[in-house]
Amino acid sequence: MTGLDLNIRLQRLNFTLEIDLDIALSGITALFGRSGAGKSSLLRVIGGFERAEGRLRYGGSLWQDRGHFVPPYRRGVATVFQSPTLFAHLDVAGNLAFAARRAGRTGDLAAMAGRFGLTALLKQPVHTLSGGEAQRVALARALLTDPKLILMDEPISALDQAARSEILQYIEALRDETKVPILYVSHSVAEVARLADRILLLEEGRVLGFGPTAAILSDNAAGPAFGGEEPGSLISARVAAMTADGLCALRFSGGTILTPDPLGAEGTEVRLLIRARDVMLATERPAGISALNVLPATVSAIEPVGPVSALVRLDCGGTALGARITQRSVKALGLTPGAPCHAILKTVALARD
Amino acid sequence: MTAPDLSALWLTLQLAGVVTLILMVIATPLALWLARTRSPARPVIEALTALPLVLPPTVLGFYLLLAFNPASGFGRFWLALTGETLTFSFAGLVIASVIYSLPFAVQPLQAGFAAQGRGVDETAASLGAGPVDRFFGVTLPLARRAYLTAAVLSFAHTLGEFGVVLMVGGNIPGKTRLISIAIYERVETLDYAAAHGLSAILLIFAFSVLLVLYIVNNRAAERALR
Repeated sequence: MTGLDLNIRLQRLNFTLEIDLDIALSGITALFGRSGAGKSSLLRVIGGFERAEGRLRYGGSLWQDRGHFVPPYRRGVATVFQSPTLFAHLDVAGNLAFAARRAGRTGDLAAMAGRFGLTALLKQPVHTLSGGEAQRVALARALLTDPKLILMDEPISALDQAARSEILQYIEALRDETKVPILYVSHSVAEVARLADRILLLEEGRVLGFGPTAAILSDNAAGPAFGGEEPGSLISARVAAMTADGLCALRFSGGTILTPDPLGAEGTEVRLLIRARDVMLATERPAGISALNVLPATVSAIEPVGPVSALVRLDCGGTALGARITQRSVKALGLTPGAPCHAILKTVALARD
Repeated sequence: MTAPDLSALWLTLQLAGVVTLILMVIATPLALWLARTRSPARPVIEALTALPLVLPPTVLGFYLLLAFNPASGFGRFWLALTGETLTFSFAGLVIASVIYSLPFAVQPLQAGFAAQGRGVDETAASLGAGPVDRFFGVTLPLARRAYLTAAVLSFAHTLGEFGVVLMVGGNIPGKTRLISIAIYERVETLDYAAAHGLSAILLIFAFSVLLVLYIVNNRAAERALR
């Protein structure tokens, strides 16, 4: 855990970023919001590429205050941009060496190349690399600087689908293996649900919320920050077994979920994203229904959404789950906070891009 | 070729070489600033830099002649510093040519730096490279082609200048008598054979360097496309 303490104001043409924040970073913290919310601007202020008014402190170092400004190359912050920005006059090895030399870590170059599957590409000019390969070089290069903080500005949004899932796996591995906190800018719910430990929610240059991923996603389900896209509930589960008829059984605090998708070997940790509109409610356990997953739950709150709908918040063995139903159904079922019910999951999606 | 013509050719090559070297050093920070600044002063500096492109060389030469005069502040300063006047001297030619050829050095470099974008420089900074380190490690090698273009254009443009150097340098053999002035003189004295010889040298030289420049740039562009 490293503290990020900032109180900054950045004035741009018809846009003001005003952030007052004192949070602890570890794992991946997503900077999430719609485009224009100020995610990238905040990242650029932290990286030292924009000079805002105010004060910025990370860990024990004061990076910015009145009359004091630590330039980017003295912050020990590695940035991975949307496009890989490799140095075109150097080959892959040269790009890695550029970072390693300046951090005095040339000895780690070969191991880092191996970790990112770059050993066979070391002598290649960078313009021959695919988008995914180039972004792997950028990741390896950033890590070779031995950073205190890694900033990622939508690192997969410029890639094709295959390269995205490949880079996401590397970023997940990075999150699980290194102690270096990562700030990750994204506007994709699926990406954030899969990667982030915590979310810093931004809207129009201000902080709307900060907290664990599941809580932020469910608390702001109907909020403007998701631009009408309903985020859904995040469930952390573990692959328990394969059934005889080929289904994958996942265990979580609220019970067992079955899915036809093969999600990996027994013990694999997965994050599931359940959209509120994919959850139906019943007061009694339904019989004669095709849905595979019926979970016992307790109503914890009911919030109206617009004139006809409602979001019913459920407690499913300690895991929060949201169901989007009509207010008429709420009345018909007699749902009130504390009432027991059954949640029927229409579809179960793995939280991935 | 006669000895005076050879000496004019040699003096011209010396001038163009010195001016090109000075321009690469001066134009680099100017072009970097122009490519990266958000300052409102940028268009003013850009217009000033481009001025020699459109101003009649005699106008530029006239103002330089006034500035070089020992009666002016700059002329007096130079006289006190070196013991020589700038008018009708090689040093005067160098200063005049640097100003006259400045846009031919600044504009290709500015375009080259701007084409690199902010991202590469910021990435290098985030990898721990300071400003000087970034310039020599990233910006300069990535701008190789821009430097080649700037150097060739500055050199070739200095070779061919006439109006400015005639105004501030005059026609002193071995000191300020450049090849373009020698040609003019040959034509005035109706020595067309000598004028042909010198003109052909300039023509062939100018065509050759431009041809090499375009071949190199086309090759690099093709490599970038692959």
